[in-house]
Amino acid sequence: MTTTLATAPIPNFDDGAATTRKLCIICSKGSLDMAYPGLVLANAALGEGVETHLFFTFWGFDMINKETMAHLKFTPVGNPATHMPPWLMGLPGMTAFATHMMKKQIEGIDVPDVPEFLEMITDAGGHLWACRMSADMMHIGEDQLYERVEGIISAADFIELSEGAQTIFV
Amino acid sequence: MTVAVIEGRDVHVDAEGFLTDPTEWDEALAETLASNIGIGLTDRHWSAIRFARSDHAATGETPTLRRMAAAGGVSTKEMFALFPMKPAKKMAYVAGLPKPVGCV
Repeated sequence: MTTTLATAPIPNFDDGAATTRKLCIICSKGSLDMAYPGLVLANAALGEGVETHLFFTFWGFDMINKETMAHLKFTPVGNPATHMPPWLMGLPGMTAFATHMMKKQIEGIDVPDVPEFLEMITDAGGHLWACRMSADMMHIGEDQLYERVEGIISAADFIELSEGAQTIFV
Repeated sequence: MTVAVIEGRDVHVDAEGFLTDPTEWDEALAETLASNIGIGLTDRHWSAIRFARSDHAATGETPTLRRMAAAGGVSTKEMFALFPMKPAKKMAYVAGLPKPVGCV
């Protein structure tokens, strides 16, 4: 059945309401497979006009450490989701192999690597923050961090920053 | 199926107002769709729209922001400047294409 309308509906892009929504994502992991959930969600939220902050803590620092951010690894050891025998996953070279395979698959669906993903997120207006305690523990200063990280902030700063936000822990 | 009258002609649209048949779109229609959502089209808007249309014709999918930057020559920053807040969806609406379905 066809309905004919005299005037076409106009999509409600909800610009006004969108500006009040806010998302904080805590990135606490430094493995390749666990870097992506936060990045993908942040990018999607920004595309929907949602104010988005990423807070990197503990192993998540590897995602914003200039030395490691392009070289995150995936290890199949102890990961039942690989559906492979555990003894096989522990063999020498298996992490390098699994990392290589995962990077190829990510590239295959035209998803950027971690540094390019962070560039895209900040181009879209996303904010990157580093955790003070992790920086102190690992003796990492701002000069060692990806240049688009806006600052090293304390847990209390993050609580202030995330007021009224939906917060996701990865 | 819904047919709506835009610019004096019948166009197929979905419940939200996105065109469901890209062949019913033309540049005059784009001007009207853009002004519906408060956007005045510049040369740079047209460049994004034309790439999106040709990419959709070639791949069957509306390009995401990532694809616009990687293949379409319109950076993410510029997309946000051209189509504020929800660039991919707004561009799709003006270009007479479905909303992009890709995650990245």
